[in-house]
Amino acid sequence: MTRLLPAQFADLEPYAQTWCRRTEAERWAVRAASSMQELADFYDAAFPRLEAAIEYCDEHPLDALPDDVGRLVELVHSVVMVSMAVEIFGQPKTVDSADAVLHRVREPRP
Amino acid sequence: MTQWPKPPEGSWTEHYPALGTGTVCFDDSVSPEFYELEREAIFKRAWLNVGRVEDLPRIGSCFTKEITIANASVILVRGADDEVRAFHNICRHRGNRLVWSDDPHQETGGVYRQFTCKYHGWRYDLQGACTFVQQEDEFFDLDKSSCGLAPVHCDIWNGFIFVNLDARPRQGLREFLGPMITGLDGYPFEKMTEHYDFVAENNSNWKLFADAFQEYYHVPSLHPQQVPPAVRDPGAGFTCAHFQCDGPHRLVSTAGTRRWALPEECMYPIERVTRSGLVGPWETPDVGALPDGVNPGKVDPWGISNFQVFPNLEILVYAGWYILYRYWPTSPRSHRFEATLGFHPARTVRQRVEHEVASVVFKEFALQDAGMLGGTQAALETGVLHEFPLSDQEILVRHFHKVVADWVGAYRREGIGAVG
Amino acid sequence: MARFPKPPEGSWTEHYPALGTGPVSYEDSTSPEFYERERRAIFKRTWLNVGRVEELPRSGSYFTKEIAAANASVVVVRGKDGEVRAFHNICRHRGNKLVWNDYPLEETRGTCRQFQCKYHGWRYDLEGALNFVQQESEFFDLDKDAYGLLPVHCDVWAGFIFVNFAPEAEQPLTEFLGPMVTDLEGYPFDEMTARFGYRTNIAANWKLFMDAFQEFYHAPVLHAKQSPQKYSAMAQQAGFEAPHYRIEGPHRLVSTSGVRFWEMDSELVKPMEITTRSGLFGPWDEVDLGEMPKGVNPAHCDPWGLDSFQVFPNFVILLWSQGWYLTYHYWPTSHHTHVFEGNVYFLPATNARERIAQEMAAVTFKEFALQDANTLEATQMGIESGYVDRFLLNDQEVLCRHLHKEVADWIAAYESVPEVPRP
Repeated sequence: MTRLLPAQFADLEPYAQTWCRRTEAERWAVRAASSMQELADFYDAAFPRLEAAIEYCDEHPLDALPDDVGRLVELVHSVVMVSMAVEIFGQPKTVDSADAVLHRVREPRP
Repeated sequence: MTQWPKPPEGSWTEHYPALGTGTVCFDDSVSPEFYELEREAIFKRAWLNVGRVEDLPRIGSCFTKEITIANASVILVRGADDEVRAFHNICRHRGNRLVWSDDPHQETGGVYRQFTCKYHGWRYDLQGACTFVQQEDEFFDLDKSSCGLAPVHCDIWNGFIFVNLDARPRQGLREFLGPMITGLDGYPFEKMTEHYDFVAENNSNWKLFADAFQEYYHVPSLHPQQVPPAVRDPGAGFTCAHFQCDGPHRLVSTAGTRRWALPEECMYPIERVTRSGLVGPWETPDVGALPDGVNPGKVDPWGISNFQVFPNLEILVYAGWYILYRYWPTSPRSHRFEATLGFHPARTVRQRVEHEVASVVFKEFALQDAGMLGGTQAALETGVLHEFPLSDQEILVRHFHKVVADWVGAYRREGIGAVG
Repeated sequence: MARFPKPPEGSWTEHYPALGTGPVSYEDSTSPEFYERERRAIFKRTWLNVGRVEELPRSGSYFTKEIAAANASVVVVRGKDGEVRAFHNICRHRGNKLVWNDYPLEETRGTCRQFQCKYHGWRYDLEGALNFVQQESEFFDLDKDAYGLLPVHCDVWAGFIFVNFAPEAEQPLTEFLGPMVTDLEGYPFDEMTARFGYRTNIAANWKLFMDAFQEFYHAPVLHAKQSPQKYSAMAQQAGFEAPHYRIEGPHRLVSTSGVRFWEMDSELVKPMEITTRSGLFGPWDEVDLGEMPKGVNPAHCDPWGLDSFQVFPNFVILLWSQGWYLTYHYWPTSHHTHVFEGNVYFLPATNARERIAQEMAAVTFKEFALQDANTLEATQMGIESGYVDRFLLNDQEVLCRHLHKEVADWIAAYESVPEVPRP
């Protein structure tokens, strides 16, 4: 199988297929469809690597990220998304959000 | 929480005696008749912010805006002369909707060289002039120069594009905004061009939703998760440092905390690692000196100023980034909510992640407001209660509903004696 | 030829001369405007059953009830003093819905020590008193005593909890129910706590579904496939007759005679019924409920099948001779939709065989109810077309006639009172 992430982050490779997602809408959908255990597993693996990942990405100019580094940024964004469920709410869905939805319709790339 | 000094009258509310201190009725948020009055008295009269100049970056840039409550669809376009103009989105020939993509009810945008009607191919230039009529010689005495797009009053303040649907606006834009809002002159919105845009269709009246964003009294109860459990005080209140009303507009400033100076348990791990969170990036690029109007109450340490621009715009300014909210009524019990987060463009992945954290956290808590307010709407619609007490911390809620009532009242009085 | 004697007037319908015998119109079940009148004249004005006391087992037990027809959400709660009370489910501060769980527009239930509004944290005790205001000193002359939860009239009869949204209830609950219903007092409702609950949205007017359950004329035809062919053929041949109908005030009753399935030829009974010794009429093996109150089987049918008490406007208590009972509620949500709730109650099973027999009865009930629901949506479509507006009713459908007349009478009575400002 081809590697999605830089070699230094091979330990996060098992999560790349699921969590390298270009848009917030996709990351939100994966979070909502995941069990708390799945979210916690990803968070536990990826959160300790967050600082290193950001450092690594910033060795490249933001507007010229190689593909694998771009995917690592997407994975970092997913850690941010999942941290809401793991650190704050203790459930995949925002507490008390009932049937509310809020679509992010524009965002910067990457 | 520090107790901030109140005005000499003893309370913010009494500082504005016209507000009174009695109970407030929210029938204005459930009544279909009142909604009809708001349509005429407010949305067809007030200046309405529909976007920012960054949304029209070059000649031919265009977006359409559906203003349901005003029965209007408006084209905003940057002309060949670089001017921003607004037009009713209607072809002058047979009244077809002029600019749309897949669905004529949906907003659209892009870069145009001219506008061509899908129905019979009439064309208009970027300044609204009719430039082409198919089989022109089949018409009778057609004067193309009188067939330009119907203009909508349009003006810009500090990069905010406003339209006014009144035939003759009663005030110019700057006069309408007044000194408190124009105190933001010079705030560098134009430098914060990295935008995150959100939209939602919410099942509550537009004012009830705006209310939730103009008082912080609800924060400890509805959003207890904004602080980690270790430092969560179940009895916590929230006291704002400064309130101000000016004409139909309102302002609240809160004190700032230097998050990075706080002990670890006061923040979530994601905040600590990314150095960002609910109040945005801990450090932002230097954007130069801010105008005094950003913090008219001279709150120190200053955190946020929340400008409520009548009727349906909120500008939330932080030192180095901002948030906009717009509430577009679609029925007495629903509205379209738009939010934009604007940052100085990220130069590094670290900055980009800081922005991502702020916009992810923003969404979590906005969802709590939206989820709950559908219940508020339903409960108010039972019509069993009509008098609600408001605290001094909710002065802006009181002011908002009063201004809405005042505008509706003025409209009604003008209607007396008029031939309907 | 009638199998059971009819009243001296010659028919049950003529026994109640106000009902007439002519064709009826179902415009009352298709008109949005009529629905609005029903809401005002009936659902905002009369006693409505919202549940049973067993649902509130202890202090702090509560449930919420969304009653669209009365434009109300109520929270029903057992207070520290053991009393059951009802309140409008709305916080006095900013009008937020007070008690909800995941979705503010859905019903919920639970146990709590107090109610706390999610919006600003105001708290109310179990008796509805406002006992905590966040940052109270920020308010102006706030008298907490004046801001308790808004009460809804609430009363309990035989363990059934009723609410009434009128500013003043026009009749006390037991007077409203009248002796035909209150003579059920003493039936051991409180002991029959093994409950199977069903709930569904039905695309038909509420009265049309009530009609389906207040006549058995349809049973041999609509439900033919629920029985072995030989039984169905016999049943269709025979048709259906109830031995007893009774109308009292706005309420009505039908009793039927019983069928002793266990004495029948096995070709007439389904194999699963034989195995579980249970079926539509309930578990075959008799349970001892003690002596029945006089309101049960008022015509002394022998064998007795069931009594179906139609309590105005939207509540049915159906007692089976086999020692179990059902309740139905029909909660209108528009002129052509409603929420149907069916609950099946048994004495708690003491062994697996009893439990299985109950399961068989509860499952069979659902099958029959689903058939009725499907038919109803077709009925609603048919009458909404508006091409036919006069319909015949036979004597076995006397209770349908009465319901529609009663609804019309309540509206007429309400509207005959000169219009005064109403809350």
